Amino acid sequence: MSMFEFLVGIFYLGAATLFVVGLHKMRAPSTARQGNLISAGGMAIAVLTTIVFALVDFGGNWIGWGALVVGAAVGASYGVIRARTVKMTAIPQLVSVFNAVGGGAAAAVAFADFVANLSRASLDLTISIPVVLDVLIGSITFSGSLIAAGKLQGIISGKPLTFPGARVLNVIVALIAVGSGVLLLIVPPNLLILLVIMIASLVFGVLMVLPIGGADAPVIVSLLNAFTGLAVAMAGFAIDNQALIIAGALVGAAGTILTLQMAKAMNRSVGAIILGGFGTGDTATAGGSEAVDLTNVRELTADDVAIQLAYAQHVIIAPGYGLAAAQAQHEVAELAKLLTDHGIDVKYAIHPVAGRMPGHMNVLLAEANVPYEQMLQLDEANAAFDNCDVALVVGANDVCNPDARKPGNAVSGMPILDVDHAKSVVVLKRSMRPGYAGITNPLFTDPKTGMFFADAKKGLADITTAVKEYVTA
Amino acid sequence: MIDTLFGNLAIFILSLLVGVEVISKIPSTLHTPMMSAANAIHGVVIAGAIVIASVANSPAAYVLTFIAAVLAAANVFGGYVVTDRMLQMFTRPHPAPAPATDAKVAS
Repeated sequence: MSMFEFLVGIFYLGAATLFVVGLHKMRAPSTARQGNLISAGGMAIAVLTTIVFALVDFGGNWIGWGALVVGAAVGASYGVIRARTVKMTAIPQLVSVFNAVGGGAAAAVAFADFVANLSRASLDLTISIPVVLDVLIGSITFSGSLIAAGKLQGIISGKPLTFPGARVLNVIVALIAVGSGVLLLIVPPNLLILLVIMIASLVFGVLMVLPIGGADAPVIVSLLNAFTGLAVAMAGFAIDNQALIIAGALVGAAGTILTLQMAKAMNRSVGAIILGGFGTGDTATAGGSEAVDLTNVRELTADDVAIQLAYAQHVIIAPGYGLAAAQAQHEVAELAKLLTDHGIDVKYAIHPVAGRMPGHMNVLLAEANVPYEQMLQLDEANAAFDNCDVALVVGANDVCNPDARKPGNAVSGMPILDVDHAKSVVVLKRSMRPGYAGITNPLFTDPKTGMFFADAKKGLADITTAVKEYVTA
Repeated sequence: MIDTLFGNLAIFILSLLVGVEVISKIPSTLHTPMMSAANAIHGVVIAGAIVIASVANSPAAYVLTFIAAVLAAANVFGGYVVTDRMLQMFTRPHPAPAPATDAKVAS
C-alpha cells in the first residue's frame, strides 16, 4: 500500500466514522439534527476523497468528468427541490423515491464497472459476483421502490394487484434473473447476459410490489431500503471501496431492524407481508362488510365532544392513519393548544405504526408545532390512560382494538394503545367501516365510548369551534 | 485478490453489527427521520459514480456515468435536505402558534 492509498483509506475511515456518529446522535430529538449534519459532513469527505483519488489514480477524460458533473447537477437540483417542497404527509413516498434512485445508482455503477472490463477474457469472481448481485438487487430496489411510492401516492391502486398466474410468472422471472446471473459467472464477460439480468430484475421488482396492499407498502419501503444498503455494499466490493461497504452495511442494518419492528407492530411476519400480501388485509375491508350494526353505537355531535373535553383534566389524543390521510395535524394541534391554554393536560399517544410509516405521525405533529414532551410512545401512553378523563381517538382503528388482547382474531397479540382504560372515549372516524385488519372493534360499542362521525380535519375544526364557546364563556 | 476480499468482508460484517447496535437504540419517535437519514447515507454510492467517471472511455460508459450521477446525486442531496427539514421541526426551540399554517390548510 502506497502512502497515497493509505491516506485515502484514512479519509474513508473518517467518513465512515462520521456516518456512525451521525446515526448515533439520532437517538434523541435534541441532537438528531446535528447528527444528520455530521453524517452529511462524512458524505462530503467521502466524495472529495474519491474525487482526488480518482483524478490521481485514473485521471480519466473530460467527457467522463463532464457526464458526472452534468448528471450530478441535474440529480442534485431534482433532489433539493423535491425535498424542500414535499408535504410532510407525502414523506413516505419521497423516501421511497430516494431509495429507488439509490438502488438504481448502485446498479448503474456495477454495470459500468462491468462494461469497463468487457474486453477481458474472464473476470475475477471477486468482481463478477458483486457486479451480478448489485445489478440484481439494485434493479429490484429501483423498480420495486418506484411502485411502492406510486402506491403510497395513490398513482397506483393501493389494493393488492394480482392476476392469474402471477406467482408462476414471478418464479419464472426470478429463475431467469438468477440463472443468467450464474451463467455470467462462468462465461466470458457478456453484456447481453447482464442486460437480461437487469431487465428480469426490474420486472421482478414490479411483480414483487404490485400484489402488496397499500397499508403494507411502508414495510416494503423499509425492506427495499435494506436491499439498497446491500446493493451499495456490493458496489463497494465491486470497485474495492470501503466507504461504500461500511455505509451500505449500516443502511442494510437500519432497514432490516425497521422492517422487523414494523412487522411486529402490525402483528405480521415479514414473510407474510411479502408472500401473503396476495389478497389479504385490504381486500377484507374492500369486501361488502359495510352493513354494520349501529344499534349499540352512541353517536356524538361536535358539541357533545367539546363539553367532555372542556371539563376534563387529562386528555389523551390517539392519532391514526385517518388523521394523516386527512392531513389534519394542524387542526389537532390547534385543538390541543386551546385545551392546554385553559389548563387541561393534553398528551398524544402514538402507536409505532400510527402514520404511514414508523414515526411518521411524530413528524406530522412536529410539523404542527406540537411540543416533543407531549408525544408519548406506546408504553408511556398505556401507563397514562388509567389516569385519563377523555381519550380522543382520531382516525385510528386497529391500533386501539381491545380484541388484540384475546386470542383467535386478526389482531391477536398486536401491541395496542389501551384507550379503553380511560374514563371515557371519543372516537372520531368517518364511518363504522373496519380498518386494515378487516375486523370489528368492540371499543366502538363500549358503553363509555361515543362515536363522532366526520372527516378528521373537519371534525377537529368543529370540535375546536365548539370548545371555544365553553372555555371563553 | 482474496486478501482484499477477506478484508472487505470483515469490514462488511463488523459494520452490520455496528449498524444493528446503533440503530436499535433509536426511539420509534425518530424512526422516519432515521430511515430518511440512512437513505441519504446510501447515497455514498455517488463515490462509485465518481470512480466510473474517471475510468469511462466509451459512449456506453459515459451514459452509465451520467445515469449513475443523476440518481446518486438526487439520493444524496434530496436525502440530507429532507431529513434536515424533518428534524428541524423536532428541535424548534419555542413552538409558535400557527397562523401561517392555517392559511396553508385552508387550501
